[in-house]
Amino acid sequence: MSVFVNKDTKVIVQGITGSTALFHTKQMLEYGTKIVGGVTPKKGGTEVEGVPVFNTVKDAVDETGANASVIYVPAPFAADAILEAVDAELDLVICITEHIPVMDMVKVKRYMEGKKTRLVGPNCPGVITPEECKIGIMPGYIHKKGHVGVVSRSGTLTYEAVHQLSEQGFGQSTAVGIGGDPVNGTDFIDVLKAFNDDPDTHAVMMIGEIGGTAEEEAAEWVKANMTKPVVGFIGGATAPPGKRMGHAGAIISGGKGTADEKIKVMNSCGIEIAETPAVMGDTLINVLKDNGLYDKCKTH
Amino acid sequence: MNIHEYQGKEILRNFGVAVPNGRVAYTVDEAVEAAQALGTDVTVVKAQIHAGGRGKAGGVKVAKKLDEVRTYAEEILGKTLVTHQTGPEGKEVKRLLIEEGCDIQKEYYVGVVLDRATSKVVMMASEEGGTEIEEVAEKTPEKIFKEVIDPVVGLSPYQARRLAFNINIPQETLSKAVKFMMGLYEVFVKKDCSIAEINPLVTTGEGDVLALDAKFNFDDNALFRQKDIVNYRDLDEEDPKEIEASKYDLSYISLDGNIGCMVNGAGLAMSTMDIIKHYGGDPANFLDVGGGATAEKVTEAFKIILSDSNVKGIFVNIFGGIMKCDVIAEGVVEATKQVGLSIPLVVRLEGTNVDLGKKILSESGLNITAAESMADGAEKIVSLVK
Repeated sequence: MSVFVNKDTKVIVQGITGSTALFHTKQMLEYGTKIVGGVTPKKGGTEVEGVPVFNTVKDAVDETGANASVIYVPAPFAADAILEAVDAELDLVICITEHIPVMDMVKVKRYMEGKKTRLVGPNCPGVITPEECKIGIMPGYIHKKGHVGVVSRSGTLTYEAVHQLSEQGFGQSTAVGIGGDPVNGTDFIDVLKAFNDDPDTHAVMMIGEIGGTAEEEAAEWVKANMTKPVVGFIGGATAPPGKRMGHAGAIISGGKGTADEKIKVMNSCGIEIAETPAVMGDTLINVLKDNGLYDKCKTH
Repeated sequence: MNIHEYQGKEILRNFGVAVPNGRVAYTVDEAVEAAQALGTDVTVVKAQIHAGGRGKAGGVKVAKKLDEVRTYAEEILGKTLVTHQTGPEGKEVKRLLIEEGCDIQKEYYVGVVLDRATSKVVMMASEEGGTEIEEVAEKTPEKIFKEVIDPVVGLSPYQARRLAFNINIPQETLSKAVKFMMGLYEVFVKKDCSIAEINPLVTTGEGDVLALDAKFNFDDNALFRQKDIVNYRDLDEEDPKEIEASKYDLSYISLDGNIGCMVNGAGLAMSTMDIIKHYGGDPANFLDVGGGATAEKVTEAFKIILSDSNVKGIFVNIFGGIMKCDVIAEGVVEATKQVGLSIPLVVRLEGTNVDLGKKILSESGLNITAAESMADGAEKIVSLVK
C-alpha cells in the first residue's frame, strides 16, 4: 500500500515538450511510471519518448484514461494548466513549476473548492511510491520500498531524509513534497491523514521550514489524531527575520514562523525533532526502536 | 520587492485612493521647491528608505516655514538612519518626500495581506493606528478586525463597512473610509502585492480619510507582469551582491559569516546554514541556485560568492533532483578557471547524474575536498576556515 500514487496510476505530462519535462519524462518512464500521454497546445498528434502528445488535457484523458497529471508548464501559464487539469476531473495533479504568482494560486485554490481533484504543489518535487510510481523530479535511485512515510515542504531536504533512511535500511511507503509556496494544494495534515490511514505506513518523517504556521497546525492534528509516531525537522533555524529564504513561503515576519516556535509546538505535541538535518534518519530510527517498530520497518 | 513610501502613494493616487499631496526630492533645493509648489502652511519632510521606524530615528520632521523645510532637508538628506528594521549599519537617506501637513483627528491601521491558513486575501483594520501592528496583535488582539476576501467577488462594500464600523470610524467619514478600503484592495490584487499596509490611516479635520504612510511589498514571482512596479526598484536600497544574483535568477541573501554556501533547493540551503552553525561555523550567505540553473548561472553564482571578501572557504552542497550534478560541477570548474580559487572548497554531490559530476570535478585538477555527506562537508569546511 501507499498514498496518492501506486503502480496503477496513469499519468499525463503537461508541458511535455519543454526541455525539463522531456528529461524527467524519460526518467519517470525508466523508473516504471505509467506515462500514458502528454499535453502541449499545438503539438497534438505528435509523439515524444514514445508517448502521444495531445492539444488539451481533456483529449489526453479521453484517449488514455489517465487519472493523474504532472505539470512542468512555465510559471506564467502554470495556474491555467492546473485549472485545465481540474476541469478534466483528474484525481491527482502534481505541479512541479516554481515561481507561480501567489494571486494566481489564490484563484486556483478557490476554483478547486468542492472539486474532486487533489493538487500537490506547486513548487514541489512530486510524489513517489518506491518501485511503483515516480511522479516529479526526485532522483529515483535513492528511494527504497518500505514503511516510512515522508512529507516535506522542501524538495532537496526530502531527498536528504530519504537518502539517510535508505542508506540505513529503512524503505519508504511514499514520499510527498507539498512544496514551498504559501498557497498550495495539499498540506501537511492532508498527507498525515493519508499516512495514518495507510496500513503499510508505520511511521512518518515530517520536514518543515520557517514561515507560516502549517507545522504548528499539523502538530496539533498529530497530537489529536495520529496513531503512528511522527519525527520532524525544521529548516531555517539560523535564518534572519524579514528575508525570504528562496521559497516564497519561507519568511519570518512579525515574529511569526520561527523555527524555535515550530519546534516548541511540535515537541509539545509528541513529535521528536532532529537536531540537525544530518540526523533526520537517525532520529527516526531511534523513535522506531522506542516504539517497537524497528524490525517492522527495517526493509533491507 | 519593496518600494518607497512616495512610490506607494503614487500607486494609491492612480487607483483613486486618497493620499496627501506631496512630491519627491533628491536635493535640498528640490525639497524647497516642492514645498513652495505645495503652498501649504505646514509641510512634512520625510526620509525615504526601505525601512520602518523612520520617525523615531529622526527621519520625519514637520516644518512650519520654508526655511525650516531647507533646514530639515539639509539635516536628513545624506544622513544614515538607524531603525529597528535597518540593522545596526543603518541606511543612508538619498530621497525625501515633501508632503502637505494635515489636521489629524485620529490614526487607524489598515493592512492587506495573504492569509496562508485560508489561502485568501485578508484585510485587517484597527483603531490602534501609528503603532506596530505586531505589537497590537500581541497586547490587544481584540482590537484587530479581519475580513477574509473571496477572490471571485473581491472585497464587498459590506465587509469594508463592517471594518469601518468595527474600528469606530466616525459616521460622517464612513463612506470615504469604505471607498479607501475598496481602492486599497484593488491595488493589492491588480498590482500583485504581498503586503499593502497603511499605518497610519487618518481622519482629518476637513473630513477626509487619508493614507499618511504606505508600505508595499510585491510578489517577486509576479513582476514579469508588473513592469511599472519594476521601474520603481531602487538599487541603492539593495545589497550589490543580491542585485548581481538577481540578474541570473539566483536566490542569494548576504549574511555576516565567512563560509560561502552554494546549495540547490531553498530548504537544503537553509539547512546547510543551520548545520554550518551547528559545527561552530558562520555562513556568509544563503544561496539557492534553483532547479533550472545552467552551468553559466552556476559560474556566476560561484563568482558572486568569491566576490565577498569575508569569505574564507566555500561549501557546495548539492542533492540533484531537477538540478543535475554535472551541471554544478561544470559551473564550479568554469568559475575557478575564470577567477581562480585560493580558499578551501568542500564539495558534496549526491542525486541526479552524481557520478558524472564527481568525474568532472576529479578530472579538473582543482584542489577540492570531497565530502561524503552534508554533516561531513559542514565539519570539513568549518575546520578548514579556522
